Amino acid sequence: MSYLLDRLTFFRRPHEPFSGGHGEKIVEDRRWEEAYRNRWRHDKIARSTHGVNCTGSCSWRIHVKDGVVVFETQAVDYPRNGPELPDHEPRGCQRGASFSWYLYSPHRIKYPMIRRRLLELYRAERATGKDPVEAWTGIQADSEKRRYYTAVRGLGGFVRTTWEESTEIIAAANIYTIKKYGPDRIAGFSPIPAMSMVSFSSGSRYLSLIGATMLSFYDWYCDLPPSSPQTWGEQTDVPESAAWYQSGYIIVAGTDLPTTRTPDAHFYSEVRYRGTKIVAVAPDYSSLTKFADLWMPIRAGTDAALFMAMVHVVLKEFFIDGKEPYFIDYVKNYTDLPMQVLLREDAGGDWVADRFLRASDLPGRSGQSENAEWKTVVYDTHTESFRCPNGSVGFRWEKHSEGNAESRWNLKMEDAVTGEKIAPSLTALDETDETSRVMFPCFASGEAKTVIRKVPSRRVGLEDGGEARVCTVFDLLVSHYGVDRSLGDAATAKSFDDADAPYTPAWQEAITGIKRADVIRTAREFADNAAKTGGRSMIIMGAGTNHWYHDDMGYRAVISLVELCGCVGQIGGGWAHYVGQERLRPLAGFVPIMAALDWSRPPRQMNGTSFWYLHTDQWRYERMQVDHLLSPTARGRYRGYSFADYNVAAARMGWLPTAPHFNRNPLDLADQAGKEGAKTEAEVAQWLATSLEKGDVRLAFEDVDDPVNWPRNLFVWRGNLIGTSAKGHEYFLKHLLGAQNAVLSEGTEGAVSREIKWHEQAPVGKLDLMVDFNFRLNSTGATADIVLPAATWYEKDDLNTTDMHTFIHPLTAAIDPAWDSRSDWQAYRTIARQFSRLAAKHLGKRTDLVSTPLMHDTPSELGQALGVKDWGHGEARCTPGKNAPQVNLVERDYTLIAEKFETIGPLLEKLGNGFEGINWDTKEEVAWLAAHNGTRATAAGKRPLIDRDEKVCDAILALAPETNGEVAMKAWRAEEHHTGLSLAHLAEGRRDERMTLHDLKARPRRCITAPNASGIIDPKGELTYNFATTNVHERIPFRTLTGRAQFYQDHEWMLDFGEGLVLFRPPLSMDALLEHKRGDELTLRFLTPHGKWGIHSTYQDNLRMLNLSRGGPHAWISEVDAESVGIQDNDWMEIINVNGATVARAVVSQKVPRGVCLMYHAQEKTINVPGSPTTHRRGGILNSVTRVVVKPTHMIGGYAQQSWGLNYYGPVGSQRDTMVRVRRFDDREVDWLEGPLTEAIEREPSALGRFRREAADNPGEKS
Amino acid sequence: MKVRAQFALIFNLDKCIGCHTCSVTCKNTWTSRKGVEYAWFNNVETKPGIGYPQNWEDQVQWSGGWARNKNGKLTLRQGGRLAELIRIFANPALPEIRDYYEPFTFDYAHLINAPESEATPTARPVSQVSGRIMEKIAWGPNWEDEQGGSFDQRSRDSNFRGIDARIYKGFKETFHFYLPRICNHCLNPACVAACPSAAIYKREEDGLVLVDQDRCRGWRFCISACPYKKVYFNWESGKSEKCIGCYPRVESGMPTICSETCVGKIRYNGIILYDADRISEAAVMEGEKDIYEKHLSMFLDPNDPEVIEQAVKDGIPNDWIDAAQRSPIYKIAVDWRLALPLHPEFRTLPMVWYVPPMSPIQSEIDQGSLPTQADGVLPDLSALRIPVRYLANLLTAGDEKPVRLALRRLLALRSYERMKAVEKRVDLKVLEEVGLSEEQAAEMYRYLAIAKYEDRFVVPTSHVENSLESAYAYQGENGFSFDNPKTGVSKASLFPKRRTGTAVENEEAVSGSSNMSSPSGAIFRKKPL
Repeated sequence: MSYLLDRLTFFRRPHEPFSGGHGEKIVEDRRWEEAYRNRWRHDKIARSTHGVNCTGSCSWRIHVKDGVVVFETQAVDYPRNGPELPDHEPRGCQRGASFSWYLYSPHRIKYPMIRRRLLELYRAERATGKDPVEAWTGIQADSEKRRYYTAVRGLGGFVRTTWEESTEIIAAANIYTIKKYGPDRIAGFSPIPAMSMVSFSSGSRYLSLIGATMLSFYDWYCDLPPSSPQTWGEQTDVPESAAWYQSGYIIVAGTDLPTTRTPDAHFYSEVRYRGTKIVAVAPDYSSLTKFADLWMPIRAGTDAALFMAMVHVVLKEFFIDGKEPYFIDYVKNYTDLPMQVLLREDAGGDWVADRFLRASDLPGRSGQSENAEWKTVVYDTHTESFRCPNGSVGFRWEKHSEGNAESRWNLKMEDAVTGEKIAPSLTALDETDETSRVMFPCFASGEAKTVIRKVPSRRVGLEDGGEARVCTVFDLLVSHYGVDRSLGDAATAKSFDDADAPYTPAWQEAITGIKRADVIRTAREFADNAAKTGGRSMIIMGAGTNHWYHDDMGYRAVISLVELCGCVGQIGGGWAHYVGQERLRPLAGFVPIMAALDWSRPPRQMNGTSFWYLHTDQWRYERMQVDHLLSPTARGRYRGYSFADYNVAAARMGWLPTAPHFNRNPLDLADQAGKEGAKTEAEVAQWLATSLEKGDVRLAFEDVDDPVNWPRNLFVWRGNLIGTSAKGHEYFLKHLLGAQNAVLSEGTEGAVSREIKWHEQAPVGKLDLMVDFNFRLNSTGATADIVLPAATWYEKDDLNTTDMHTFIHPLTAAIDPAWDSRSDWQAYRTIARQFSRLAAKHLGKRTDLVSTPLMHDTPSELGQALGVKDWGHGEARCTPGKNAPQVNLVERDYTLIAEKFETIGPLLEKLGNGFEGINWDTKEEVAWLAAHNGTRATAAGKRPLIDRDEKVCDAILALAPETNGEVAMKAWRAEEHHTGLSLAHLAEGRRDERMTLHDLKARPRRCITAPNASGIIDPKGELTYNFATTNVHERIPFRTLTGRAQFYQDHEWMLDFGEGLVLFRPPLSMDALLEHKRGDELTLRFLTPHGKWGIHSTYQDNLRMLNLSRGGPHAWISEVDAESVGIQDNDWMEIINVNGATVARAVVSQKVPRGVCLMYHAQEKTINVPGSPTTHRRGGILNSVTRVVVKPTHMIGGYAQQSWGLNYYGPVGSQRDTMVRVRRFDDREVDWLEGPLTEAIEREPSALGRFRREAADNPGEKS
Repeated sequence: MKVRAQFALIFNLDKCIGCHTCSVTCKNTWTSRKGVEYAWFNNVETKPGIGYPQNWEDQVQWSGGWARNKNGKLTLRQGGRLAELIRIFANPALPEIRDYYEPFTFDYAHLINAPESEATPTARPVSQVSGRIMEKIAWGPNWEDEQGGSFDQRSRDSNFRGIDARIYKGFKETFHFYLPRICNHCLNPACVAACPSAAIYKREEDGLVLVDQDRCRGWRFCISACPYKKVYFNWESGKSEKCIGCYPRVESGMPTICSETCVGKIRYNGIILYDADRISEAAVMEGEKDIYEKHLSMFLDPNDPEVIEQAVKDGIPNDWIDAAQRSPIYKIAVDWRLALPLHPEFRTLPMVWYVPPMSPIQSEIDQGSLPTQADGVLPDLSALRIPVRYLANLLTAGDEKPVRLALRRLLALRSYERMKAVEKRVDLKVLEEVGLSEEQAAEMYRYLAIAKYEDRFVVPTSHVENSLESAYAYQGENGFSFDNPKTGVSKASLFPKRRTGTAVENEEAVSGSSNMSSPSGAIFRKKPL
């Protein structure tokens, strides 16, 4: 119409030519423009974010139009950071921006789904008149019925069911399992609570109430850097990303910031304009390199060698030849470098560094009556004597400090008895003439060797009248690094160019491929910058460094550099570890609700790595021999042990948790102990200790494949265990799930185990029931028995924090859950109701025997101080709480689970709230919640409600110091009492703040500084949050043995493996290749960095991300490698080894170095993956070719900072050292495997048989 | 002098992290619908690479943009009206779907609905054009992401002209950066000139270039004429669509979606005043390398009293002049000369300009003798890894001088700031060498590094009240849209012809008080060639 009108009125409208007649101005009808305006118009904006797996924690505006979520854009209303710092807006990346696609896509799970065969069986049982539990029992009792539904896991065949029916089945399975095997045979897996605390809490609260086991994830992901707890007693605490902007020199190693820290990356690009130099350490030319001033294309997995060489330079130039006063003062106060270490004489007359000297070793126990074995010692140059300063872990758990303001657990460098100032000696060099020839282990060549070097040492008189040799950690360190100190020691480095001396810049060239000049210059600049700026040099690192088997070596090398340069705890300086790290800021609000501590304590918690390594039977395939990893100087009392054996020994000594605990139902054990006269917890503990010693009761792990000890029910929510998280995916499929799998070896290696009973026939299909909660169908849903439709992150209320910034964000229900979906909280609430209903008949009230390990941040971390005595080897009596697990009795009224789930129980008022060894009264907050949330009647009286998601949010916010200023004050007062320091000023100015969900929806709010984090949150946003600020500036100790950052790890197992001090250990070349080559193949190291098009598996299946990448799984190889075997871009490739096979298309690129295959993390077979020509199974996922290998030093427990804590310490699931074969296959060979399931296929789930037959027919070349 | 205001953008490639958030938020809002699945109003390319659509920069292949003919006159490279008429049903320079990519989705529902099968179900790719299974996805809108694909393929990139590309083939010689692209809302838009239906116009008030969806007849000469290939054919509606400069947001004083959601914070939005009488003069410069300077000289100093006086005369509202004075565009492009136009040799006078990337620096130089700046730590320009010639081919028609100046200024800023932050001393010499004052350096630091929202985006509102007959009436009527496509007027088109003769419209016609839709407004067209 407008067009026509315009034409009719053409001559009446003005025409103005311009630019010499080049164009003309006319006036026309432009009403059509309204079309695009209407698209932009919307009805509502809700604030939400993305609730798992991503530490971004970005505030998003969710635009709703006509009741439909249409698109999302980032919020830009963050409180500002002042004029000197870029602001946080607009946080959010391409992945988050594409989330709305999921809501209405054909990928959405809309209704509860169940495996058809299971439903058939269940309905048939129910039709005979059985109640739900009896019906479940009927299925489980018949092995063919069980096989009928478990063997087809992963092969499709879902049907729709209802919430009523599906939750009834789940509750029935739980009750059956508790009754027959014990609640510790039920497990739950959900990652990263910080991203959606309420949703995480839902399942863990339900599971904790019924006594089931919550599994850790951070260690299992191998994102946990064991180096952090080892060095600082802190899981991980890191600078927020804005802190990068306050740094003067940044080295980035093993984390691709623009790719994996997308919303933060601008601080990284911007700080260059401030003159900060950027050095990128990356094997490939990844996107972080684009911003670097120097690229170090390092050989993958050799970071420790590079950073040790830098440390060598810094020691030489800033500590030995030159003496930088800032560095020296720093290390004396905040590190263990002045601490004294005992030297042990070796048979050959040389010396070996042993444990720290303790107050208990000194005459008169150095005046320490309590915990003297846990107090370390320095040499004071004022008094020329050995003195015990404040701050070591022994002071932390002194009983007399209760009610005593004079706590000595602080970093004042004072004599702990007299309070006199101490001047700790860093080196004996200038004060004594004595040196000792000390043997240092060295694995640089790949073989275990020793190097003997001179170390300045002293003599010390002992409590027992004897004498010992000691030296400082600093003197050990300098000699270990081979830095020459003019002691006439031929074994030290002659210069930086001495390529034969380990840890010199020249030495590392052959290992890392980096030129020595680059290393020397970078080390010098890094340290010089730190000296001039008071520590503002930073090293940012991540998965590329941390996922290796010897991850703690790479990381400890980095940490050594930043500690020596005085960077840790200084704004803009220090280490910055970014992989899978999270900071659940309102921890004290979350933990009681998550673990149901308000109703019963302790909860059952288990380390994921041991659980999966043992229960998916990856240990049966273990080819690595532990003895090869031992130091030549090892005492080696466990020689011949396998990794799994070490795990059993660690669990026996209470170092690691167990699930299940014992080969008996813990409910029955409690009953039996009672019947045999043990009444109190202490009596039951003694009863159990005796039973264990006699062998009447055994650890479940000692016979992990016995059906009695299998995990039976598994809940997965908010995560993708079987896809993203299943390192050793095919082993999960085979042993845990009994599903079709491509494991390509028999797995006989585990037969050598000394601690675990060997079953010739490996178990298959351990789980009776797997339940997944999801909004899309990923690998976990595909293999689950029941899939419940989950509300998305735009359909529920929740809370979200990160360590990348200090804000707390809400998730908000922009719309109510679509179709038949429910929030996790409401889903578990439904299950809890079903459970309570059915439990009345089958369970009633029981007592549960809960076994817990010696936990970090509790007095039980003081286990065995001076050496390992294993009761299992008859070296000591089994003593729960010292050298064996602690024993606890928990009353469980199984009929009350539902009401407990949705109310806050009385234990918070009774026992208070707290963390990390401090406790405060929280009655006021609970009373406030009763008024704010309302109450309901329970068996324990009227209790505050947490039945709705938003009420749970408000409960967390009310109880936590980070979000409630009054609680912050209470927490700091408790910490003052704990440390003898004045600290409450850190929260004083924010005392009057109390945040609710309503406030957070209005605008992002900054958290309040609280004592469970070591950084300070500046409400003005001008000073950035950094790790260890309160340690270095307020003198709160690190939570380690010495109370300082520890270069030296003196536990016997640590020393056995040669890792008392950091050293370079080459990557393992896991011998997991197939024996036979098939044509042109590449043998490559398999790297799985985090990628650009997903947050783990989330978004990898999102249409937007698939469009912008390659439309399905792909793996990167170098052009040179590709050409050598005729692979072209986009060719189909098979990536294969004995663990299994995966299929992806090739991305051929010059950015990739030779010798590696980069398959970005968590690409799954659910999208665009054909069959593998080798396995004739669907072509696998990235984890099809991986298997984890565990490290015994991570199993140490009951030893100050090396004590277990959920997601804090424990063996990490390392899989990075994997090697693969890669070969192309032709498009014509592609088989999409879309045929129906046949009887023959169903009967042969394993690929191994056919693989063997084909290998026999076609032997190929022997490689 | 004829003063006009142009809404313009600057993208700082030095900060671009290549995340594609811009592409996604744009797509979600504007092109997530049938007919434009393959169209990305905003896309991001990894350079070197042939881009999207393939090889778009090569006008030998595509004949986009303008050419200067023998008589020194501008003509569309693809030819004038007559040439268009001849090829109206078969335009050889028109990209086909495979030059972009065959848009794909996946059979997601199969994952949930699959019956018991011989193997784990997988969702296979499905063409969004034919609806059929695709055996193999072979190209996409970002296929070369992070240097994906063989160097031989990627180095067909026409920015390698005059460079021996082979020496950049190796692992250690590799370099890359990202190039985000939207419509350039050119001062001399070839698409406008090429449209046989006169459907494309440049708005008077802000210079945004739009395709009138009522007028468009789908001839697609705009698509071939645009040298940036930023007009797309909607195969469902049969009309062309393109980046609209987010005018529904910009009119209300908000930045474009791609700009506000840019998490790398590389994007700047602002107003620039220019002299419209000098368009042809700039576009027709004989030497391609001279176009940039001429283009730059068209921009008027918003603080110059003469300019202000003329601007007022030419009807530019006072707050637009104020916005032009505060504009980050003028500062970055004119004051500091950090930003440069994309392929000025296309002669369309594009208005999205780019700060060239200074990083990364070489690794292969012995660090012992790394050429550094005065601070002794940061490398200087001679250590740059990206060939300057490559950037010059991209941004200045091959003239390296402006690129060098921009890069040297960025590097000097770093060195100056480093000495302040670390050495605690002010060294003005390093600034003087590149012709910067201390005040300019402070401003550059503020805009590039601190980059607050209000400094990145200076967007005045549209003053629609001036063009409405009754803003008072419009206030209450605004948004009542009885011609909304959702009412089912037309099933065939996303933007159907509007309904005629509704009661509201009749009333409006009688009273003359307001329009339901936005009012008429002035636009710029090319005079028919």
